Amino acid sequence: MSAPDRSGNTTIGAALPRTNALRLLSGRGQYVDDLNPPRCLHAAVLRSPYAHARIASLDVAAAAIAPGVVRVLTGRDVAAMCDPYVGVLKHVPGMQSAAQLPLAVDRACWQGEPVALVAATTRAEAEDALALIEIEWEELPVVTDAETALHPDTPVIHPELGGNLCFERVVTEGDVAAAFAQAAHVVEAEFITSRHTAATLEPRTILADFNAADGQLTVWHSTQVPYMMQWIIARHFRLAETQVRVIAPDVGGGFGMKIHIYGDEMAAVAASLLLGRPVKFVADRLESFVGDFHARGHRVRARMALSKDGDILGVEADDLYGIGPYSGYPRGSANEGLQVSNLVCAAYRRGAYRAVSRAVFQNKAMYGQYRAVGHPVACLVSEGLMDLAAAKLGIDPAEFRRRHYLSPESYPLKLAGGPVLEKLSQHEALETLLQMMDYAGLRTEQKKLRTQGIHRGIGLASFVENSNPSAATYGQGGVSIASQDSCTLKLTATGGVVAASSITECGQGGYAVIQQVVAAVCGVPFAQVKVVIGDTETTPVGGGVWGSRGTGICGEAALQAGKALKANILAFVARLQESEASLYDIRDGQVIRAQSGEEVMTLEAVARTAYFRTDQVPKDFQPELTVTRSYAQKTYNGAYTNGIQASYVEVDTETGFIKLLGHWVVDDCGTVINPLLVDEQIRGACVQGIGAALFEQCVYSPEGQLMNGSLMDYLVPMAGEMPDIEVGHTCTPTATSELGAKGAGEAGTAGASAAVLNATNDALGPFGGVVSEIPVTPERILRALGRLS
Amino acid sequence: MNTPKPATELDVAFTVNGERVERRVPVRQNLADFLRDTLGLTGTHVGCEHGVCGACTLRCNGVIVRACLMLAVQADGADIVTIEGAATGNYDGAIVADLQREFHQRNALQCGFCTPAMLLTAAELVAARPQASREEIRAHLSGNYCRCTGYQSIVDAVESVCRSRSGT
Repeated sequence: MSAPDRSGNTTIGAALPRTNALRLLSGRGQYVDDLNPPRCLHAAVLRSPYAHARIASLDVAAAAIAPGVVRVLTGRDVAAMCDPYVGVLKHVPGMQSAAQLPLAVDRACWQGEPVALVAATTRAEAEDALALIEIEWEELPVVTDAETALHPDTPVIHPELGGNLCFERVVTEGDVAAAFAQAAHVVEAEFITSRHTAATLEPRTILADFNAADGQLTVWHSTQVPYMMQWIIARHFRLAETQVRVIAPDVGGGFGMKIHIYGDEMAAVAASLLLGRPVKFVADRLESFVGDFHARGHRVRARMALSKDGDILGVEADDLYGIGPYSGYPRGSANEGLQVSNLVCAAYRRGAYRAVSRAVFQNKAMYGQYRAVGHPVACLVSEGLMDLAAAKLGIDPAEFRRRHYLSPESYPLKLAGGPVLEKLSQHEALETLLQMMDYAGLRTEQKKLRTQGIHRGIGLASFVENSNPSAATYGQGGVSIASQDSCTLKLTATGGVVAASSITECGQGGYAVIQQVVAAVCGVPFAQVKVVIGDTETTPVGGGVWGSRGTGICGEAALQAGKALKANILAFVARLQESEASLYDIRDGQVIRAQSGEEVMTLEAVARTAYFRTDQVPKDFQPELTVTRSYAQKTYNGAYTNGIQASYVEVDTETGFIKLLGHWVVDDCGTVINPLLVDEQIRGACVQGIGAALFEQCVYSPEGQLMNGSLMDYLVPMAGEMPDIEVGHTCTPTATSELGAKGAGEAGTAGASAAVLNATNDALGPFGGVVSEIPVTPERILRALGRLS
Repeated sequence: MNTPKPATELDVAFTVNGERVERRVPVRQNLADFLRDTLGLTGTHVGCEHGVCGACTLRCNGVIVRACLMLAVQADGADIVTIEGAATGNYDGAIVADLQREFHQRNALQCGFCTPAMLLTAAELVAARPQASREEIRAHLSGNYCRCTGYQSIVDAVESVCRSRSGT
């Protein structure tokens, strides 16, 4: 496609501050918990204290008459009004899961599973009443070790499924056995990434208000996906979609955790439907740890076959991960495994390839998509193997990568497993990165400091990453999540533009992207573009934000809408002027003659004529100053991006502590709409990946109890531990849209853990120890050094 | 034996953002919930309710405190400033206003949930030690959890205000 027509306007690519950040800076944001409509009830939720237990008896009589309590809902109450759900993707062969309901009915399958809901006039009273619910539990055997989940003597969580396997996928290309048979060198390792959690600062929150008089249900929800929620709530509570309005006001962080269905939230909706009044549920922090979806708990055994000259002959990976007792709904818990099996060493000419991914059910918290789904695991494995291979061959890791990147002539390249790499910029990204970080200088410094007993390491991590996903991700699997997005523009009577977009916002800059694209394409001043988002009643249908899709897909819809509105305006002006539309342009809110720049009409005059002085509009001409355009990725399954990160660390070999000295990123997200936003997105994503590398882990006991479910015990990165992160770019716009934007929000997370792990191992190099498990705790380092046994 | 029943509510009187507040409050209610639910000052956010995340940070008698770790009755007689008061423009010699401007210009916030507290925490440092180094700024902000930014733009913004205030 041709380059977008930006008409000399510069808001695409401009580092403009976000308009919608101002109210957040003044404490005037509006998150769901800030809303308190009249007669609002507050819900508290009773949760299973056991990982697996039968409910022998449940008596809510005392709770039901406790002070302030209006209603207690049990699993049976909700089951009577809500259809069960099963989280499978039909296009993943063999995938299975069991039916799930918002509140446990006969048994609970993880510690923290919602069992009953109390609605009371205050949250405190609702929590008081929880203590009055009498429940008798009979403990059942638990499945908490993914490694043994498929053994014949392990109990089966859902007997009707015949086993604990959710799905298995095998991806093969070429003759792997032959590759390893011929290999001069083989490197291998078992990589472990720990189960962790998104830990959004704003917990999950929902406020449902059912008006029985007109049958309308309004739901304010801290969600990334209002349209998905509208469909789910309507479908499962047997309502028409026209009865359900979902509004996502300010959302305090999502990272993929707020795209899933949660039983406590569904139960709050049920309570509002029963009571005909507003019911609010806010997960507290302790509930968040056991209630939110977890992610990233993989064990991957991987190996690489190399020729005598260092060519990669083949790669093999065996990925196993334990999900929750049910596959997540509605998106399933398969996507991590799908991406791991697609992407191990996908950045390289990897030779013959075989990857197996299996997901098994466990009695642990629900599990599924979280920022950069599967990519950080694939990257950790890939980049770990690359460093092991480089070390084995005695080749510098940067040089080894340079030699093995996919050749620039190979694009578009279809990977075994399905993804198509449209066009990557790996060589350029590597060279840019090496220059930014002064790689040669750091290597010299590292060598010099070794002699002084200071052990530093440099780690590189190249990554490829999906963005702008097509219907292949969910729609083809029978899941009702929009893969197309739309933007409606209207010219206001004073010459401004209101853009209603299906993009949503958790702070990434969705509002700003639409504002900047529309301003640029329409020729309207930035300040005169207002954006409406996050409301199924006032925005067109779309998928929301997840999977690095917001800018690339919703932004393209906005671009096309902008072009259409501009064309309509110019056609109208041309008709009024009895001239040709092609002779005109719009700049700074003025219709001008394209050649001379001479002002013809202000947009306000255009709008006034169209709206108030229809007597001046030719009888046979109807100006259309409200337009909608839509866009979906249809060329490939997604627009794959690439990038590379580097980490520089110092390891204290006495204590095992790691100090982060520097972190660098080169990312290719195609057209950059706003570098200010992109760069801090990348940094924030890196910090999540660094958190995974060094701190974050949901520690479970063998009985399935989460041992560190508070912010006191579960470590998250704070300002003091983080390094400055330098961000650079290569720019390869996708040709699948006119805007050319690819995703940026997940890139940092995709590569950061691998960079830190590789840097650590580089520091440990002379000692012969290798760590292949994250988080890299001091204990694991000391074990690798042989200082702990 | 006649054991006196413990009070479940008490009268309190204090100043919030310069306005006198007199209320009867449940003794078990924390200050954050009181400000949010009773006074409608929703700029004070609740992120963990165990004093770690810092989202409920506000100023009590001139020092920053965690409003989730303080009962509303403990605020009796106190001078409380929340983001709504601090954001009015000239608070603390416009330190908060300067910080807001720098945060905005540098996109030192994404979802904004940590932001009001982050501003108040930063304002304390700017007022007390405008000569603080970058490392000291990072250390001072380490009681405020931000999951969105990489902290860097926040540190940049605070550093910029510090430099302009310390004349260095």
